Amino acid sequence: MPPPRAERAAPSRRAAAVTTWPAGARTTDGDADWEGVRLHVVSGKGGTGKTTVAAALALALATGGRRTLLVEVEGRQGIAQLFDCPHLPYEDRRIAVAPGGGEVYALAIDPEEALLEYLDMFYHLGRAGKGLKKLGAIDFATTIAPGLRDVLLTGKACESARRRVQGAFAYDAVVMDAPPTGRIARFLNVNTEVAGLARFGPIHTQAEAVMGVIRSAQTAVHLVTLLEEMPVQETVDGVAELRASGLPTGGVVINMARPPLQAEDESDTGRRLTPELLEAGLLAGGIKPTRPLVAALLGEADEHASRIELESTGRALVRGLDLPVYELPLLADGMDLGGLYRLAEALREQGMA
Amino acid sequence: MNRLEIDALLDDPGTRILVCCGSGGVGKTTTAAALGLRAAERGRDVVVLTIDPARRLAQSMGLTELDNTPRRVVDVDETKGGSLHAMMLDMKRTFDEIVEQHADPERAQQILDNPFYQSLSAGFAGTQEYMAMEKLGQLHATGEWDLIVVDTPPSRSALDFLDAPQRLGSFLDGRLIRILSAPAKVGGRGALKFLSAGMGMMTGALSKVVGTHLLTDIQTFVAALDTTFGGFRKRADATYKLLQARGTSFLVVAAPEKDALREAAYFVDRLGTERMPLAGLVLNRVHATSAGRLSAERSLAAAESLTERADDLDDPGDGESADDAPRPADLRLVAGLLTLHAERLRMIDREERTRTRFTSIHPEVRVTEVPALPGDVHDLAGLRVIGESLGSG
Ligand SMILES: Nc1ncnc2c1ncn2[C@@H]1O[C@H](COP(=O)(O)OP(=O)(O)OP(=O)(O)O)[C@@H](O)[C@H]1O
Ligand SMILES: Nc1ncnc2c1ncn2[C@@H]1O[C@H](COP(=O)(O)OP(=O)(O)O)[C@@H](O)[C@H]1O
Ligand SMILES: [Mg+2]
Ligand SMILES: [Mg+2]
Repeated sequence: MPPPRAERAAPSRRAAAVTTWPAGARTTDGDADWEGVRLHVVSGKGGTGKTTVAAALALALATGGRRTLLVEVEGRQGIAQLFDCPHLPYEDRRIAVAPGGGEVYALAIDPEEALLEYLDMFYHLGRAGKGLKKLGAIDFATTIAPGLRDVLLTGKACESARRRVQGAFAYDAVVMDAPPTGRIARFLNVNTEVAGLARFGPIHTQAEAVMGVIRSAQTAVHLVTLLEEMPVQETVDGVAELRASGLPTGGVVINMARPPLQAEDESDTGRRLTPELLEAGLLAGGIKPTRPLVAALLGEADEHASRIELESTGRALVRGLDLPVYELPLLADGMDLGGLYRLAEALREQGMA
Repeated sequence: MNRLEIDALLDDPGTRILVCCGSGGVGKTTTAAALGLRAAERGRDVVVLTIDPARRLAQSMGLTELDNTPRRVVDVDETKGGSLHAMMLDMKRTFDEIVEQHADPERAQQILDNPFYQSLSAGFAGTQEYMAMEKLGQLHATGEWDLIVVDTPPSRSALDFLDAPQRLGSFLDGRLIRILSAPAKVGGRGALKFLSAGMGMMTGALSKVVGTHLLTDIQTFVAALDTTFGGFRKRADATYKLLQARGTSFLVVAAPEKDALREAAYFVDRLGTERMPLAGLVLNRVHATSAGRLSAERSLAAAESLTERADDLDDPGDGESADDAPRPADLRLVAGLLTLHAERLRMIDREERTRTRFTSIHPEVRVTEVPALPGDVHDLAGLRVIGESLGSG
């Protein structure tokens, strides 16, 4: 049975952290929202920034001398691309240093390798396993039974989260760049099915152990969203599905949000930017307010305003989920390593790590 | 830049099938719907096959239920003699229909009830892509429409649309599935001894993991498929051929971003090797400005000085300010707008560089641009706006 998670639902500090822009800085250290969580699963609609947010979270959690592992399960080498490093092997590799001396390791879980490892562990396949691989039998096996693939991927991630070196955990936290929202509940719950099918024996034990981690307070499933119609809808549906299947919901990360023109002062939003106001402002700033320039800038202001309005509709829906909400800005220059560190910092400021 | 003339493409009676491909979230569904509407309003009888439309967009086209048949879209301007039908793909239903068409009722039921078939039709990797092609084939075969616009599934890579059906076909017809589903035959052959020993272990491990029935289910399923279709791959191949038929063109949709354009470039290369005609690239969600003469640097400098001014005015030591002097809040508002403008310019600049990289690698590819609208596209009016840009972009 998963423990009740109600106490995690948006206490006031978090609510405050997202109502202003930029978010109010976190003052105390070591007072993060997910203290005690060992496995962070990052899901969301395709293209919303799962890989980016997972990486930023791994960096944020490693800040100040900790060690985290960022795992990838879809065989796409998204982490290598993001960190601009060579192809990642099926092996923990250090890929980044976090502020304050922390370390981020990465692992691209390869289902074939994981299956061999698994079979070897239970059946001592030895070299026969290599032969199977050559024949494509393993690829085949993971294809006819997608569940098997998921068992291997989640199993490996949990093993990393629980691994100990000389008594201490090898990693302070493991962050998984997970499959998208539409598949996440099934992906994480696969071991429940398996544990039910194999009633005893090593596989049963393993599946039970994996579910023990995934359904406990040691795991949090975070969803990344954009403030657009489809991703928000998918997030709302995804949270409902996670809750229905007893999986531990984490926070919602709103990615690529735009700051409103008028920060904070909500009472003043009634004031509109008139042509006269803009002209006076431009003059004051030393820019000649030609008519086409004023018209063009007012057009940009209007466009921004409607975008903000659309975003606030989405934001309201996300807030209604009663989960901690974090916001990451749209980086106008695109993503690079510097940008990734900025996102990690933003997550820390908002208390996600 | 080599311009893609969308209207000429839509008006050409030789254009019979348009396939919109691209990586996830770039606007394939939106583009497909907008193209369909525009073609219909220019006088063609069009059907749009959408895969996963946003809820409100689907509603605006009258697609309230997933019934797998084309519905006539109302409020389309039909004065030029055209019409628009739209449908949402139901992949399971499409698969079921194929089975029902090709097998006698009893055997069909047997297949439909098979647990392996059920998981295959409900969500096997590649099923959606394959069913989209199947549906395209069916729509084409009716001969009812003179233009079919096809959206493609929300896969991460545009290539999936081309690869998935064959992968599914060769998987179902593959050697291993046959060996696995008929282990008795294998045992006798010396050359496959090792394989069968390995297989024994595999099937042992597998059935522990996925349940003992799976392999039996597969065996029955494959046997049933064989007698109905005479092989799945053959069918997949035939469907694939439709994409090479005359009158079929591909449009690659991409956002002006590094990843999306890299995908688009892969896809363009692939179309080349498959001898499938590329109509061009739709660059969607492009940012623009008509205040380009105010540079990012000047904009930011002015914003900074305005913010300083506002801070000074806030300072109570300054005493009363003149009535007509701008208020601090207003100065900040203008400063905010100038910062926004600078960011927009930076974004435009980056998008342009990304686009240039693509066009220098693929100078032959024709391009049309669609601006990023401030809101979602969720009704016919929005689709017309997109269609207009497609035509003039
Ligand atoms: N805050 C941000 N600001 C600007 N660009 C961003 C931001 N977050 C993500 N991106 C960009 O958006 C794109 C999609 O991000 P990412 O690859 O992380 O998404 P994903 O959810 O992992 O996608 P997929 O579903 O394909 O795995 C990338 O090009 C990334 O660089
Ligand atoms: N040019 C555009 N301007 C603004 N929004 C757009 C534009 N093109 C697409 N969208 C929006 O982007 C979202 C994703 O588009 P969609 O067509 O469903 O993408 P895909 O089918 O490629 O996944 C939708 O909400 C759609 O309204
Ligand atoms: Mg990713
Ligand atoms: Mg779509």
